[in-house]
Amino acid sequence: MAVAARKTTSAGRASTSVKSTASRSGSKKNSLPQNFTRDEDVRAYREMLLIRRFEEKAGQMYGMGLIGGFCHLYIGQEAVVVGMEMAQKDGDQVITSYRDHGHMIACGMDPKGVMAELTGRRGGLSKGKGGSMHMFSVEKQFYGGHGIVGAQVPLGTGLAFANRYKKNGQVSIVYFGDGAANQGQVYESFNMAELWKLPVVYVIENNRYAMGTSVSRASAQTDFSKRGISFNIPGEQVDGMDVRAVRDAADRAIQWCRDGKGPYILEMQTYRYRGHSMSDPAKYRSKDEVQKMREEHDPIEQVRARLLKDWKLSEDALKAVDAEVRDIVNEAAEFATNDPEPDPSELWTDILK
Amino acid sequence: MPVDILMPALSPTMEKGNLAKWLKNEGDKVKSGDILAEIETDKATMEVEAVDEGILAKILVPAGTQDVPVNQKIAIIAAEGESISEMVIAAPASAPKASTSPIAAAHVTAPAIVSTPSSVSAYDASSEVPAGTEFVTQTMREALRDAMAEEMRRDGDVFIMGEEVAEYQGAYKITQGLLQEFGPERVVDTPITEHGFAGLAVGAAFTGLKPIVEFMTFNFAMQAIDHIINSAAKTLYMSGGQMGCPIVFRGPNGAAARVAAQHSQDYSAWYSNIPGLLVVAPSNAADAKGLLKAAIRNPNPVVFLENEILYGQSGPVPKLDDFVLPIGKARIARSGSDVTIVSFAIGMTYALKAADELSSQGINAEVIDLRTIRPMDIETVLASVQKTGRCVTVEEGWPQSGVGSEISAQIMERAFDYLDAPVMRICGKDVPMPYAANLEKLALPTIGEVVETVKAVCYR
Repeated sequence: MAVAARKTTSAGRASTSVKSTASRSGSKKNSLPQNFTRDEDVRAYREMLLIRRFEEKAGQMYGMGLIGGFCHLYIGQEAVVVGMEMAQKDGDQVITSYRDHGHMIACGMDPKGVMAELTGRRGGLSKGKGGSMHMFSVEKQFYGGHGIVGAQVPLGTGLAFANRYKKNGQVSIVYFGDGAANQGQVYESFNMAELWKLPVVYVIENNRYAMGTSVSRASAQTDFSKRGISFNIPGEQVDGMDVRAVRDAADRAIQWCRDGKGPYILEMQTYRYRGHSMSDPAKYRSKDEVQKMREEHDPIEQVRARLLKDWKLSEDALKAVDAEVRDIVNEAAEFATNDPEPDPSELWTDILK
Repeated sequence: MPVDILMPALSPTMEKGNLAKWLKNEGDKVKSGDILAEIETDKATMEVEAVDEGILAKILVPAGTQDVPVNQKIAIIAAEGESISEMVIAAPASAPKASTSPIAAAHVTAPAIVSTPSSVSAYDASSEVPAGTEFVTQTMREALRDAMAEEMRRDGDVFIMGEEVAEYQGAYKITQGLLQEFGPERVVDTPITEHGFAGLAVGAAFTGLKPIVEFMTFNFAMQAIDHIINSAAKTLYMSGGQMGCPIVFRGPNGAAARVAAQHSQDYSAWYSNIPGLLVVAPSNAADAKGLLKAAIRNPNPVVFLENEILYGQSGPVPKLDDFVLPIGKARIARSGSDVTIVSFAIGMTYALKAADELSSQGINAEVIDLRTIRPMDIETVLASVQKTGRCVTVEEGWPQSGVGSEISAQIMERAFDYLDAPVMRICGKDVPMPYAANLEKLALPTIGEVVETVKAVCYR
C-alpha cells in the first residue's frame, strides 16, 4: 500500500527562520510560513485526507457497533501530525496520548492494522488486545498510544534519554494536549529534559478543550509555549491548522534538538471538530464555533485550495487522490470487519516475555 | 450502489436514541464528511456524517422521531444519476455486529476442585551453588552493589538512576563506588521527582535499554506507581507482545525503625497483584545478589523489594564469577515435618528464630523462604503442606488481601484434604505504623506470636 512511503527528510529546503526560534520568551508567532513545493502540498493533502477519511470511517463503524469502548477522533487536527512528520527523519520516535489514530497513520503504520485493532480483531496491531488507545510499532518507532493523561510525557522524555545514552542522533517527538499540559509529570519531565539537554520536542496540541473544559477555565497560563520558561525551554505558538507553519516550526525545533541544545516546546493551536470521545454532550461549545472553524480554517481545505489555485491541479486530479484514499480506508474497514476475533488462547499470551 | 445510513450508537450500551434534526434535505448533494443529521440521547449528542458522496436520496426517519433503534436504516445516499425508485426501504439493515464470541464463552468453566494434587514437588535450592564453592561473608548492601556492578560491566545497556545514587553514593550506600567505576552517564542522579524519572526510565526501557531505578524507599514509589503498573507492566500485553520493558525498580520496602506511618509501608502484596510484573523480596545477602542479577537480566519489569534493616546483615555469599538465581523459586530454609512456616524478606527473621524456639519445644517446623512473591512458587509450599498438614504465614505487611491471604487461599483450594488445622496468618497489625517505640513494637509481628500460632495449629 502506498501509504507507507514516508519519512522523507527535509534536507535541501532552506530553513530561513532559525534565528527567530530561539526566542526564550516563548509565544512569538513566526512570520508567514515557507511555501510548500507542489509535491509537498500533494503529499500533505493526501496524508491529511487519509487521516480524515480514516477517522470518519472509524466514527461510522463505532456507530454500527463494530468499535467499542473509547474512541477519540483526530478530525480537525490533521495538519499537526502531518506537518511534524514531514520534518522528521527515520528513527525519530513518536509517542502520544489516546487520540492516536492520526499519529499512527502519519507514522506509516498500516491502516488495516489500526482499524482492525479498533474493532478488536486478531489482525490488529496489538492483536486486538490494546484497542483504540494502545498501539505500538517498533518498526515505525511509534511508542503508543497511552491512556493515562500526561503519562506519555515522561515516557517520551525517556525515549530522548535513550537517544542521548546511545548517541544515535535521533529526536523524540512527544505529543500531548492542553489538558495534559496541567499534569505535574509534564513539568518533572521538562526539568529533566532541559537539565540533561535531551533531544525531545514537546508538541502541545492545544485543541482548546480538555474533554469539555475550555483552556481558559483550566489553565492559569493559557499561552502553552510559555510553559517551559522557568526551565529555560524555548517555545513557540504555531498555527496548527496550517501544515506549512507546522512543518516550519517542526524543522526549527527538531534541528534545535539534533544540535544538542535540549528540548523545545511547540504549542500547536488547533481544533477538534468532533467530541472528546464518541459520547460527547456537545454542550460546552457552540455549533457556530465548530462550523466557523471548519469553514474558515480547515487544514485540508487550505491545501486543497492551493493545489487548485497555485498549482493548477484539476478537480479530476484531486478526485483521483480522494478515490485512492477512500480505497485504502474502505480496504481497512473491510479487513477490520471480517478479520476474526483473537483466538481465546491469546488471553494468556504477552503477559511476560 | 446506494449506501444505507444507519442509526448510529453513541456508546456500546446505547440501544435507541432520538433523531433530533436533519441538516440536509432529500435531493441535496452530499460529500464524505458532511453532517447529515443530529442524534441525541439523554447523555450525549452526535452528528451523523455522510459515508460517501452522492445525493441524499431518501430520508426514512423524519426529524423529531424518538426512540429510533440503533442500526435502523434512517436514510439512503445514492450516486449521482442513480435511480432510487426501486430502492427497498423495508426492514432495518442488519449491520455486522462484533460477534459475542461463543468460543470464549466455552472456556469459562468452573474451576475443577483439585483438593488432592497428585504431583506437586518442592523446588530444591541446594543445587544452586555447586559443591565445594567458596563463600565470602558480605552484607546485603555489598551483595546488592556487587550484583549491579557485575551486570553493568557485563552489559552497556544497564544503567542506574535515582535520587542520590551517584555523588552521595546512595542514600543507603547501595550504589557505593558505582559512579567512580561507571561514570555519570550510567550512574544518574535525578531530581526528587519519582513520577517523572520512573516514567522516563520506562520510556528508555521501551527502546531496549535496561534501567535500574532506585527509589530511596518504596514509600516514595507511590508517586510513580502509575508508571510501574500502567506503563511498565501492561505495555507488553497492550502491544500484542511487540514492546517489552526490561527494567528493575528497587529500593528499601517496609518498616525501618521509628520512621512512622508514611515511611513504613510494605508493598509486597500491592505489586504482587499485578500481572506483567515480577516481584522479588530477598531475605539474605546471597539471595539478594543472585536474584538482583537475574532481575537485571530479565526482559520483564521487576519490582525488587529490599529492606533497610536487612541491608547491614551479613551472610555467606558464593564466590562465583556469575551467581544468578532463578526468579520464581522458593527456598526451603529449614527442613521440618510438623508444620510449614512460609515467609519472605524480613519476615524470615521471625520465622527462623521462631523455628529455633519451637524446636526446643519439640516442634519441628519447615521454613520456606518465598524469595519471589510473583510468580509465587506455590508448588513448593503445597508439597510442604502435604507433608506437614499445617501452615502459618509470616509477613510485616497488613493482613487484608496480603501475601499470607493468597497463600492461605491457594492451600485451601489445592491442598484442603491435607490440612489438619486452619492456615493462620501472622501479619503487621491493621493500623498505620505508629512512631512511639512501644507502639511500633506492638504493630509489627513478633517471634512470640509466630511461636504461639504454630503451637495453636499443632494443637499444643
